[in-house]
Amino acid sequence: MKQWRYLVPIAVFAVLAAVFLVNLRMGRSVPESPMIGQPAPEFSLPSLRDPSTMVGTHDIADQFYLLNIWAFWCEVCHYEHPFLLELARSGVPIYGLNWKDERDEALSLIDTRGDPFVWSAIDEHGVAVIDYGVSGAPETFLIGPDRTILAKHTGELTPESWEAKFVPLIEAHRAGG
Amino acid sequence: MKRRHQRMIFIGIVTAGMLVSAGFAYRAFNENLLYYYTPTQVADGEAPIERKFRLGGLVVEGSFERAEGSMTARFELTDNYRDVTVEHSKILPDLFAEGQVIVAHGTMRDDGIFVADEVLAKHDENYMPTEVAESLAEGARRAAQE
Amino acid sequence: MIPELGQFALVLALCLALVQAALPLAGSFAGRPDWMALARPAAAGQFVFVAFAYGILAYAFLTDDFTVLFVASNSHSALPTAYKFAAVWGGHEGSLLLWMLVLSTWTLAVAFGSRNQPADFSSRVIGVLGIVSVGILLFTLVTSNPFDRIPGAIEGRDLNPALQDPSMVVHPPTLYLGYVGTAVPFAFAVAALLAGRLDKDWARWARPWTIVAWLLLTAGIAFGAWWAYYEFGWGGWWVWDPVENASFLPWLMTTALIHSLAVTERRGIFKSWTVLLAIAAFTLSLLGTFLVRSGILDSVHSFASDPTRGLFILGLLGVISGGALVLYAVRASSLEAEGGFRLVSRESFLLANNILLVIATILILLGTLYPLFIEAFRATDVSVGEPYFNLVFLIPMLPLAALLGLGMHAAWQKMSMGALLARLRWLVPIALILAIVYPLVAYGATSVMTVVGVGTGVWVVLTSLIEPVSRMLDSRSVRLTRAQWGMFAAHLGVGLFIVGATVTSGFDAEREVPMRIGESAEIEGYEFELLDLRTIEGPNFTAEEGEFELRRDGELVATLRPQDRVYRVRTAQMTEAAIDGNLFRDVFVSLGADLGAGSWSVKLHYKPMIRFVWIGCAVMAFGGLLAATDRRYREPARERAKSRSAVGKPAGQGAR
Repeated sequence: MKQWRYLVPIAVFAVLAAVFLVNLRMGRSVPESPMIGQPAPEFSLPSLRDPSTMVGTHDIADQFYLLNIWAFWCEVCHYEHPFLLELARSGVPIYGLNWKDERDEALSLIDTRGDPFVWSAIDEHGVAVIDYGVSGAPETFLIGPDRTILAKHTGELTPESWEAKFVPLIEAHRAGG
Repeated sequence: MKRRHQRMIFIGIVTAGMLVSAGFAYRAFNENLLYYYTPTQVADGEAPIERKFRLGGLVVEGSFERAEGSMTARFELTDNYRDVTVEHSKILPDLFAEGQVIVAHGTMRDDGIFVADEVLAKHDENYMPTEVAESLAEGARRAAQE
Repeated sequence: MIPELGQFALVLALCLALVQAALPLAGSFAGRPDWMALARPAAAGQFVFVAFAYGILAYAFLTDDFTVLFVASNSHSALPTAYKFAAVWGGHEGSLLLWMLVLSTWTLAVAFGSRNQPADFSSRVIGVLGIVSVGILLFTLVTSNPFDRIPGAIEGRDLNPALQDPSMVVHPPTLYLGYVGTAVPFAFAVAALLAGRLDKDWARWARPWTIVAWLLLTAGIAFGAWWAYYEFGWGGWWVWDPVENASFLPWLMTTALIHSLAVTERRGIFKSWTVLLAIAAFTLSLLGTFLVRSGILDSVHSFASDPTRGLFILGLLGVISGGALVLYAVRASSLEAEGGFRLVSRESFLLANNILLVIATILILLGTLYPLFIEAFRATDVSVGEPYFNLVFLIPMLPLAALLGLGMHAAWQKMSMGALLARLRWLVPIALILAIVYPLVAYGATSVMTVVGVGTGVWVVLTSLIEPVSRMLDSRSVRLTRAQWGMFAAHLGVGLFIVGATVTSGFDAEREVPMRIGESAEIEGYEFELLDLRTIEGPNFTAEEGEFELRRDGELVATLRPQDRVYRVRTAQMTEAAIDGNLFRDVFVSLGADLGAGSWSVKLHYKPMIRFVWIGCAVMAFGGLLAATDRRYREPARERAKSRSAVGKPAGQGAR
């Protein structure tokens, strides 16, 4: 015969765990980025490979593409790198925003381990990064042919999150026209 | 029965003490909840007066003023849409600079200036508080619409 | 090549941990002595491989191997060697490896310290520790591998300048030893639940491990507070930051636990409560690990966050703590025992101790987690300010300190209030007088809060000293056991801490002033004169250094040289305060910013009796050490003979 009071600790624990789960699923402090549904902010910045040339949103055609905020100092960016390569090889256009990084180090990453980006722009002062509401690296934005931000992913872009978050949006947008 | 009488009094005192303490704790809790507001919210009059709150944003380049040899500094804090003037009379944190993101704790003075008791800059130069990042982007979007 | 060996070693450790987790536990239920006998060798083997992996990572740091991502992110070739060694725990992955090393060290110690315990019990304890090891090793290998490689950076990104300090070498390992050590009483508790019974032997076995974990946790937290105090130069030492709370909550629970264990060992009651406390202490440790590394709390202390890691730790919490609590719900009722005690008795005081500590824990936990609750349900950003925590901690702690003085002298089962008060009541007016007079004389001010605080602290000090002193003076009296010395010493430490904390909060002073070379500023009778400002070069930083002469009543006390450093690699700026301290006060100066026109903002502090805070903690920890090494824990053979012959406890052992 169990007395109910012995169930109290596990009940309290379950409630706490549920709250934490909700917090984690939400991503960070704010449930959804206010950027979603907004036009992708324009930018024009020096190219990582050739800083004397400017690259930016004006170079990007109306299409589905990914904008990936990355840096050499960001450890998790190294983990998502192989998957970005895979996506690039399968035809997904990925543009990089290299944030507050050392140019030689950034180049060393993409030169030795493969470059998934059509181009990477250097955002030394975090100008574009602020416009996009970025709070850390890596973050990946999905932008549609109408040039609006469809999704934002904080943290490592894994095959699972690509399938679960980005692919349905692409398909829905294609179907909807 | 005297012992039982004593015990009742004892329990009564302890219960009363706990209720009083709970009351204090509850009041302390409510008084110390620090809510976060953006410069736009402050400009729209949504932020409380005479109650401490948190204000976050970007330090506007070129807005930092401090009389030579004086401890009081003023600067503008923006979320890319509206600005608030912040006044601070203590030593600023190491990572404070124009163009950097900071969060200030303080109150609004009736002249519309935010008097900061504390100014916090994130310890690692590469990460900024999420709520500030989002408010900066939202502000930029609204500014672009005008 | 070599870093891969480290990763391989971790995999081997995981295999051994799986063996350690599965077979001894299974063997204890199936009655297979051969499986149970695997416990110790598996634990030893796991330790060897974890230590080896740790050694490999340390070697990578010491040889500047920047092909290892973690080393490249946290080290630099110009970093002083001691910090290269400490940088292993300067980031998430490496600190997790430290966690693992500490856990396998504890497991090894328990494995070899438990040889006089029945095999089915000790194999369950080691098995549970094995389950925790499996969880942490999996977490490390799957989400946080410190041995990940990169093409090779030309130079590392340097260790975070805030961590380049001698305290970095001491604070994390000590803290982890304490923190992770709560896994041991947890394992004991789960083993008791699995067996469905718990006797006084169990409490006697569990107690020394718990006390050692407690004293290390006390020291670790104190080191952290001391470091924050002198490093950041703003005079504070505790801000109720979520990460600070993450280590403090297990401390509160462990304190309650060692007192509850005393009752269980002596009287055989409070059994299921003790088990619950042991589970709670380790759960709070794991919770702390979760809060710090999952990114759901914004904090100056938190590691770079990753929700995936957060989910994994939450899963670990669910399996380990959730599992233990389910077991508790099912089995705890079979642990109950009869045993009465009167209102005025040692049991009663210890019960009050536990209740008050639990109240404090719940209220602090509430304040720490409230922002998370709000964000989950209302998406508003809110944080809870310090004054709430200060108040909510004080409310239970003051009565606790008052009762503490009485409780130490109460007899088991029953005692007359009159007898208890007879010896002690004349200490109350002494404490009160000292509390009113001393601050008035020393600081020229007084207030209700300081009288209450200092009075309580002095009361605790006096009641802790009265017994040892009177026994020393009376040569005919029975000698105190080491455990009793430990108890009095630990409580003396608490009293010193209370006095120090009250005085330093109540009477401290600070000033921020602009100063030019040749100018002076004054605080509480101490005069600071700025003699010179110059630029100097350090090993990996450049600094502006000010030279101040500190004088009191015209006499030179010290020359202080605070620095404002800029570290070259991470371009981070750090202030190094310069402190002159003696037992009764610290006085210090730190540089603020260049105000232009040759003027700098300077911060002056006066912190009275702050050293009593650190000394109080040190004495507490020392008391714990004495108590844990009492003879009755160190002579297993004698105890084994005693319990076998069922003679019962020898007389004249005195109050424990």
